[in-house]
Amino acid sequence: MPMSSSPVLPDALGRGFRRIGAGTINAFARIGFATRFFVAVLLQTPAAFLRLRLTLREIYFAGVLSLVVIMVSGLFVGMVLGLQGFDTLNRYGAGDSLGIFVGLSLVRELGPVVAGLLFASRAGSAITAEIGLMKTTEQLSAMEMMAVDPLARIVAPRFWGGVISMPLLAALFSVMGVFGAYLVGVRLIGVDNGTFWGNMQAGIDFWPDVTNGIIKSIVFGVAVSLIAVFEGYDAKPTAEGVSSATTRTVVGGSLAILALDFVLTVFMFRGIGE
Amino acid sequence: MNRSTIDLWVGIFVTIGFGAIVFLALKVGNLTTLNAAPSYQLEARFDNIGGLKPRAPVKAAGVVVGRVSNVRLDPKTYEAIVSLNIDNGYEFSKDTIASILTSGLLGEVYIGLESGGDMQMLASGGRIGKTQSAVVLEKLISQFMFDKASAGPPGGGK
Amino acid sequence: MPATSDAVVMRGVTFGYDRSRALLKGIDMTIPRGKVVAIMGGSGCGKTTLLRLIGGQLRAQSGQVTVDGQEVSTLDRDGLFVLRRKIGMLFQFGALFTDLTVFENVAFPIREHTDLPEALIHDLVVMKLQAVGLRGAATLLPAELSGGMARRVALARAVALDPMLVLYDEPFAGLDPISLGVVGQLIRELNDALGSTSIVVTHDVYESLKIVDYLYFVSEGRIIAQGTPDEVRNSPDPFVRQFVDGASDGPVPFHYPAAPYADEFVARVA
Repeated sequence: MPMSSSPVLPDALGRGFRRIGAGTINAFARIGFATRFFVAVLLQTPAAFLRLRLTLREIYFAGVLSLVVIMVSGLFVGMVLGLQGFDTLNRYGAGDSLGIFVGLSLVRELGPVVAGLLFASRAGSAITAEIGLMKTTEQLSAMEMMAVDPLARIVAPRFWGGVISMPLLAALFSVMGVFGAYLVGVRLIGVDNGTFWGNMQAGIDFWPDVTNGIIKSIVFGVAVSLIAVFEGYDAKPTAEGVSSATTRTVVGGSLAILALDFVLTVFMFRGIGE
Repeated sequence: MNRSTIDLWVGIFVTIGFGAIVFLALKVGNLTTLNAAPSYQLEARFDNIGGLKPRAPVKAAGVVVGRVSNVRLDPKTYEAIVSLNIDNGYEFSKDTIASILTSGLLGEVYIGLESGGDMQMLASGGRIGKTQSAVVLEKLISQFMFDKASAGPPGGGK
Repeated sequence: MPATSDAVVMRGVTFGYDRSRALLKGIDMTIPRGKVVAIMGGSGCGKTTLLRLIGGQLRAQSGQVTVDGQEVSTLDRDGLFVLRRKIGMLFQFGALFTDLTVFENVAFPIREHTDLPEALIHDLVVMKLQAVGLRGAATLLPAELSGGMARRVALARAVALDPMLVLYDEPFAGLDPISLGVVGQLIRELNDALGSTSIVVTHDVYESLKIVDYLYFVSEGRIIAQGTPDEVRNSPDPFVRQFVDGASDGPVPFHYPAAPYADEFVARVA
């Protein structure tokens, strides 16, 4: 018996599929819009540097104001690395390798990644909230109506402020981490000072270890800053809209960092285990 | 927050940030030892290089004098051809012995050079004639067992 | 391009934020130069949208929007740039830049669009602030201003470049009676002093009738009434009457559409 409609298929299932379809189309539209936005922001780079004052101000708000959280976190992470690292290494009689263990962990991975995550939650959310609030109070519209491109004056300086701050913060994180491990390893546990630094120096090469760490932190800086300014610019102009936009910045930025970290690590350290 | 204060703090931030990068490069990494010191090339052939990798150190009397630049297999003789970059300023005699050694039991593999008594020195592109391959643990063990077996029961005569 | 006598002309303008539902359905409006014109209507009827269409922030789906003789939808980025230099806009609640002082806010458009030396900019800003009565507040931040003061600073910023057209989005919203009078007076005086044209979007009937030359009433996407203040005060049109008198029920109903009242209390038959 031919059936023109299928009474067997529940309406809820049909609705579910329609929602998935609409959601996917929405997601693609959003990605398309985001990409056009990214390109537009990057095109405003000369403007951001001609008005150096604006970008400097953003480096202050993104970088300087993150110093305390980054450096204190770095210190604690380094100290824990020192404790846990020595405990594990000592079982194989490799306690003298504590320096190189801590150094490599920080420079290659923990420095860029943890500093990036902290940056996303502290500076990223602040940037999103600021831009979102300016959108809500019509400041961005006012600027547009005065024939000033908000992308050039508000968005691009914040983007570059983030990109410039990230690698510096990651390096400071690693340095504080090494210092923390030194305090725990050499001063507290009693690893020999010379061995600690000597092994570390012998085992960590500027190229590829330190430079790859720097490249990673620059990539993370670009990703987090782009997400932060986009979510702020795209936020719904209500209190609730700004709040969910900041949440998306932190979550999206963190996930982007972790995913990019994996991809970059695969490319950079292909020789491991050879 | 007036402009000059912001400028001051940004300046401080950027300075210590770069300082941190420099610190990582010099104190944590080994940038100073990696400066492009002028070097010359030597070649050595081994039956078995064990775990030797490119960029492994080349040491004489325990002092690093160069790095392994390349490792490849000779398709005809099935020997390993190892290219060494030796820093200018170190010369080795023609009868130098190149051995593949391990620093400690679990340490990294490196090439040790022992200079001989020959008056003539190796020039750039020269080949080290005397080499000692890496000690492969399995062969050592099977050698030991073989010796033990041929020696007969302990205390008994042949 | 012949100089038209009208600052803004709208013919058959249709627009909807949602493609399927038109907010504005065929608007015809003429704003002559030098006049102060009010656009009135209930909340959400599209008054602010009209301003955005004039300023080029939105593009009409059909019809023409002509500002100073130029069709807005045909303008490219540079054209819009030139157009916006001629327009000053006062946003609802001011929209001052929160990280700049009062002085910096008013100086903003001057700095962005001219190469004038600092001394000259200082004089211009001071003159504008004097015109709105806030010269003494030049060093304050927007967060330190009252609502009325912020509105006046935004007004000074809107007229900083002596624009030919000034747009006001709900300039009277949320002000105390004194500030209401001040803002209304400033709108009229600045318009006449600068020789510009002003469009005031508002639903404050009392203040508007005091200062404007002409009014348009918008309801359900169309212009349903228009006239001079005297015509409006004496209009027989029921919508205008309800608006002007502030009656709670009339063409704009009091009750949101619902089922008959009695039905709410009828016991449901199982």
